[in-house]
Amino acid sequence: MELFFNPFDNLLCILLGISFTVWFTLLLVFIIVPAIFGVSFGIRRLYMKTLLKVFEWATLRIERGAKEKNHHFSCICLFIGSNKDLDSAPEFEMSDIFYFARRGVESIMDDEVTKRFSAEELESWNLLTRSNYNFHYISLRLTVLWGLGLLIRYGFLLPLRVTLAFTGVGLLVFLTSVIGLLPNGRMKNFLSEKVHLMCYRICVRALTAIITYHDSENKPKNGGLCVANHTSPIDVIILASDGCYAMVGQIHGGLMGVIQKSMVKACPHIWFERSEVKDRHLVAKRLSDHVEDKSKLPILIFPEGTCINNTSVMMFKKGSFEIGATVYPVAIKYDPRFGDAFWNSSKFGMVNYLLRMMSSWAIVCSVWYLPPMSREEGEDAVQFANRVKAAIARQGGLVDLLWDGGLKRAKVKDTFKEEQQKLYSKMLVGTQEDRSRS
Amino acid sequence: MGSRASTLLREEEIEEIKKETGFSHSQITRLYSRFTSLDKGENGTLSREDFQRIPELAINPLGDRIINAFFPEGEDQVNFRGFMRTLAHFRPIEDNEKNKNSSASEPLNSRTNKLLFAFRLYDLDRDDKISRDELLQVLRMMVGVNISDEQLGSIADRTIQEADTNGDNSISFNEFIKVPPVDGEQDY
Repeated sequence: MELFFNPFDNLLCILLGISFTVWFTLLLVFIIVPAIFGVSFGIRRLYMKTLLKVFEWATLRIERGAKEKNHHFSCICLFIGSNKDLDSAPEFEMSDIFYFARRGVESIMDDEVTKRFSAEELESWNLLTRSNYNFHYISLRLTVLWGLGLLIRYGFLLPLRVTLAFTGVGLLVFLTSVIGLLPNGRMKNFLSEKVHLMCYRICVRALTAIITYHDSENKPKNGGLCVANHTSPIDVIILASDGCYAMVGQIHGGLMGVIQKSMVKACPHIWFERSEVKDRHLVAKRLSDHVEDKSKLPILIFPEGTCINNTSVMMFKKGSFEIGATVYPVAIKYDPRFGDAFWNSSKFGMVNYLLRMMSSWAIVCSVWYLPPMSREEGEDAVQFANRVKAAIARQGGLVDLLWDGGLKRAKVKDTFKEEQQKLYSKMLVGTQEDRSRS
Repeated sequence: MGSRASTLLREEEIEEIKKETGFSHSQITRLYSRFTSLDKGENGTLSREDFQRIPELAINPLGDRIINAFFPEGEDQVNFRGFMRTLAHFRPIEDNEKNKNSSASEPLNSRTNKLLFAFRLYDLDRDDKISRDELLQVLRMMVGVNISDEQLGSIADRTIQEADTNGDNSISFNEFIKVPPVDGEQDY
């Protein structure tokens, strides 16, 4: 009996051994070694082009199958009563109510704010179940393609990416701890830079992120503040794989905490305890101390304070614009066709989100480094923040909104309503005074 | 994978809503998407809090009254049919509808029904009359704290004087309709 089974066991073991070796060699040669040196074989771009062709074909088939095209919302124009604007009204009329009623119902049908906190709807389907809103069963070929895509993404890409992710994070924690043992000096900074870049590049490949950097001559320099729009935690990986930054944030527990603690051994990041976060003066002091030291890396900050769905830029919190450093704005725009990068934190936890990222087709994005800006004479922090925000929105093709991203969870302040009431009152009272004078 | 908008709304329902409100098929599915995205509790109905979560509506001085218009007498939840019925008041009148005889019941977005909607924004107690108090309440909502009680009172008095034809010191729906149109109002 034993003689009978042994050869097969041996064969199985040998086969498994060979396939594992091949797998890891391929991984090493095609992914990890290029990540270390910062070069690229161009495999990801080829993958992206192929996907685009597939999507084009799929779109044609969907359009052929669709009976009725979906109109855009702008077709539902509201009409109630008179179209007059409040400015032309000389005095109160019963119909003034129409103005507010129309605005109110328009905002019920569609408003600028609430849709920023959920994933962007695509014009056409990209063969992912999660972005399938109104596309019904169209044809057998499309379904087969979708099934094939499912197999490839979950069977091949996901395990590959998870392996890479573990490798990248593991290397980061290990190597930064090792570097932390060195004495402070140029050698340490140099090594720390190399290690950070290498590990972030591995993470970029773990997400199959295809990033195009524009205007790299404007890259943030030491002693500056790098400011970007926020869509997901992946933004950090995308920016940090092209340059070294000092991160700012709250210390978390668990795996994140371990990573944070080991990172700060190699080079100074700014981590806050939960209790310190509320103290705005402390935060501002630590930030300004950091930027004054020209040997320290530029600080990376996301002034929106929360993740927005990458169709717009919301209000920038003025805290970071008060410390007087040069601001290097960066605009990040994701291409939603390949995978939606937005983290809807009320719907998905972090792990769930990362799994979704790693089972999308790819993360394709463009990064623009904008020329540095400083606060001008007579400009206060809020105006400066708005100016930077407008520049980022313009470059990234995003809508520039004045609304606070905090509205995701909090109620809107009453001061806005009071402003509207004031405007309307001014119009009424102004005319009353005229009448009494005449 | 949550429930998708189009899978929850059956074709027969869409047809019924189309007949009742006059919205097109794609407009109805679009508005259903909107309805489900507002419905945070995912129970198929909207409460007043769901509406107040819209910042642009929360800062509208008449926001609460407009939200009220969606809820039938004494109820706290509105379903999709009710939602569409109220929104139907604001659908623009198409050209091909202008010449139709109103042999059947009047379409929801006729001029009269639009004016009735606005009338009800004033008339809180639904007694079909806008009293001086009700007018003052709406005026107060629109101006906030910026105008004194006396001034507001005189504005209200003047308005009632101009509109009231039968001398009962309140504005009925017929008197409300007769408010002269301003330049720019389209001819129905």
